[in-house]
Amino acid sequence: MAENAFLKEVAEKKYAYGFETQVETEILDKGLSEDVVRMISEKKGEPEWLLNFRLEAYRYWQTQEQPSWGHLTLPDIDYQAISYYADPTKKAADDGKPKEIDPELMKTFDKLGIPLEERMALSGTAVDAVMDSVSVKTTFRDKLAEQGIIFCSISEAVKQHPDLVREYLGSVVPYRDNYFAALNSAVFSDGSFVYIPKGVRCPMELSTYFRINARGTGQFERTLIVCDDDAYVSYLEGCTAPMRDENQLHAAIVEIVVGARAEVKYSTVQNWYPGDAEGKGGVLNLVTKRGLLRGDDSRLSWTQVETGSAVTWKYPSCVLQGNRSQAEFYSVAVTNNFQQADTGTKMIHLGRDTRSTIISKGISAGRSQNSYRGLVKVGKNADRARNYSSCDSLLLGSKCGAHTFPYMDVQNDSAVVEHEATTSKISEDQLFYCNQRGISTEDAVGLIVNGYAKDVLNKLPMEFAVEAQKLLNVSLEGAVG
Amino acid sequence: MMSEKQYIEFYQEERGEIFAHSPQWMNAHRDEAFRTFSAAGFPSRKAERYRYTDVAKDFAPNYGINTAQRPTDAPEQTLYNTIADSSDALVALNTMFAMECQTVHVGRGEHPQHPIQIVNTLRGEHPEMVCRRILIVLEENAEADIIIIDRAASKQRFLTNQVVEVQCGDGSHLNLYEIEETHLLCTRYSNMFMRVGANCSVHHTSLTLFNGHTRNRCDVQLKGEHSEVVLNGCVIADKMQHVDNNTVIDHQVAHCDSRQLYKYVLDDSAVGAFAGRILVRPGAQHTTSQETNANLCATRTARMYTQPMLEIYADDVKCSHGSTVGQMNEDALFYMRQRGISEREARLLLKSAFITEVIEHIPLSSLRDRLLILVDRRLKGELSKCEGCKMCE
Repeated sequence: MAENAFLKEVAEKKYAYGFETQVETEILDKGLSEDVVRMISEKKGEPEWLLNFRLEAYRYWQTQEQPSWGHLTLPDIDYQAISYYADPTKKAADDGKPKEIDPELMKTFDKLGIPLEERMALSGTAVDAVMDSVSVKTTFRDKLAEQGIIFCSISEAVKQHPDLVREYLGSVVPYRDNYFAALNSAVFSDGSFVYIPKGVRCPMELSTYFRINARGTGQFERTLIVCDDDAYVSYLEGCTAPMRDENQLHAAIVEIVVGARAEVKYSTVQNWYPGDAEGKGGVLNLVTKRGLLRGDDSRLSWTQVETGSAVTWKYPSCVLQGNRSQAEFYSVAVTNNFQQADTGTKMIHLGRDTRSTIISKGISAGRSQNSYRGLVKVGKNADRARNYSSCDSLLLGSKCGAHTFPYMDVQNDSAVVEHEATTSKISEDQLFYCNQRGISTEDAVGLIVNGYAKDVLNKLPMEFAVEAQKLLNVSLEGAVG
Repeated sequence: MMSEKQYIEFYQEERGEIFAHSPQWMNAHRDEAFRTFSAAGFPSRKAERYRYTDVAKDFAPNYGINTAQRPTDAPEQTLYNTIADSSDALVALNTMFAMECQTVHVGRGEHPQHPIQIVNTLRGEHPEMVCRRILIVLEENAEADIIIIDRAASKQRFLTNQVVEVQCGDGSHLNLYEIEETHLLCTRYSNMFMRVGANCSVHHTSLTLFNGHTRNRCDVQLKGEHSEVVLNGCVIADKMQHVDNNTVIDHQVAHCDSRQLYKYVLDDSAVGAFAGRILVRPGAQHTTSQETNANLCATRTARMYTQPMLEIYADDVKCSHGSTVGQMNEDALFYMRQRGISEREARLLLKSAFITEVIEHIPLSSLRDRLLILVDRRLKGELSKCEGCKMCE
């Protein structure tokens, strides 16, 4: 079984992406103050309005306290012990974008299997690679530009398309939204900007790859996707980080605006470093993601496979404003060892005849805690809104926890909202059946878990689905027996 | 701390009076409760368990509290205030002012032939706050059917803050029914705490037929193996009524079974809330737990919050919850209209069919039949007088 040999190999390596790249990185001194915010803005050569946006967010953040309602034990975060800006491309160039990518960086992304060279055009995916606070390279830009599609890092977008950025930045997630959104708005570094013009169907998958490399830094990326009327885009996001004993903070914002009759698919395979088997280290993944279905008949689907991070606190949400808009949320969250995840979604129905579907599959093993938390809200005018939610949890082992916290708030009499949840363990019968046929218990668990998560994995683009399937097996390695 | 102030001051002024007029074993808990209440104050809506009910607002008006003489030689109840969550502000407030403790004690292996009925009638000339305290103790292998009814006999504003403590000894069977039929000016806070031993069967049914503002809390601790707990509830609310049911079932040991079914019919501008938490502690293997909350919103202005929660720390368990919010089936209505049933009648039939699922589970046939009639009349809007009660005439 070749597949199995691969699994063993990866499992022995535990976290395959835990290496560190030796590259000269310019790191801002630790700590956060108005001067730091100004400095980040200056380094990026930002216009006045953006600096003001950052400063307002920073001042608001100072008045807020870190929320504690999650079903999580967050380690104390010392916001003054984090560096808010790290630039690994500094050596190569001083005028913004490097002309030649540092070979070390190139090697890093090669190692991660990210096609930065267009010779890898066969993969048919355009990639924006972000390391620490800076976008390293965005591929296929010219080809996309022919159709009027803008795909670049957000820093570049600020310079080249300031009107678009100004119009949409903070329109879906205002900086007052929550504590981490305010922090991100003050210090956000790089991320991707996507604009699909009216009526254009994006010909390839767009993808961003995030990598934390430098020690003692946090990553604060910001992604903004605007899909105009009748347009379509499928967007993928992946992430990894080196293995370290310290907790690294990752507080991102993703904003999506969907126009009339447009469709956006957003897929994430989140594989930040989860900490070691004793629960030491790992990334704190505290993210705000939200899509606004602005136009009538618009569609948005979130698909996420969460296997990494020591702490995951994220709720990709949809505001269904346009009439007849449709939103979907598919999630598989796997926690092992001492990982903690509190994740789910919010579906806010404002328009008439809006529909949303939530399929969440939680798998907990080791001593981990895995929670689903979701809100379905139907506003007064959301006539005939329809929601279906289904949350299943699978427990592997007797020391882990699986929790479900769904919230429903219905203000319209013509709405139909349904929620169901189940929690169970892998049935002995299924295991026995597999064992009888010569499949080892470990393989059988992998098989059953993959079958259990199939509803979600099927929604992922193909290459991603294969990767996610392997990840599922690897994350659960050692959880059985 | 505005709403709390009047209660703190009242206690300080009347402490002597209260102590003189009630049994010593109840007084022993008052000062501690006073300290808890003064320190905590009413829970705000930010507290997860009080998200849907504004406690401070309900307790803000000026109510009278009756501190009249009660029998001070009532037999001491050692379980008094040991089952309830004494750190909760509402429990503490009740402990401060409760003048007597209604006690139902069923001895080992005993089984009273008839159901025990506790009828609480609210009557008075002035707005009044009632601090009712009930203690139910079933010793080993005891059985009992207990019915608690809340009524209001005068059109006056009443605030009830009751604490019910229930202890079920090993092998006991308890059927407990709570029926609320008051009026729009009444506010009710019920805090029920159950401690259940091994091999028990506990059925609790709560019916809110008519009320103003109601919040029912029910916490169950499963302390012994092989016990079953069933919590059922039905709510019929219209006008400006507000009903919030909040339950926690705490599975502390293995091999227990819990089921919950709550159904709401909301009309006009009524607000309904249901939050049920199932907690399965580490080691509570072979737990089965099921939670269902179904709601019918009949108008656009009615509002329903529902929050079924599972918190599970053991792997060999079967737990599920489901909740729905919907409206009447148009096809069913159409079918009945076709057959000459008026729209009003058809809607009534559907509502009644929806809600009776809860009542059908009641094993006590006489009570079940009476409730079916009551629900029917309630849905027709006829319920203001209670069957067989001479007080309102």
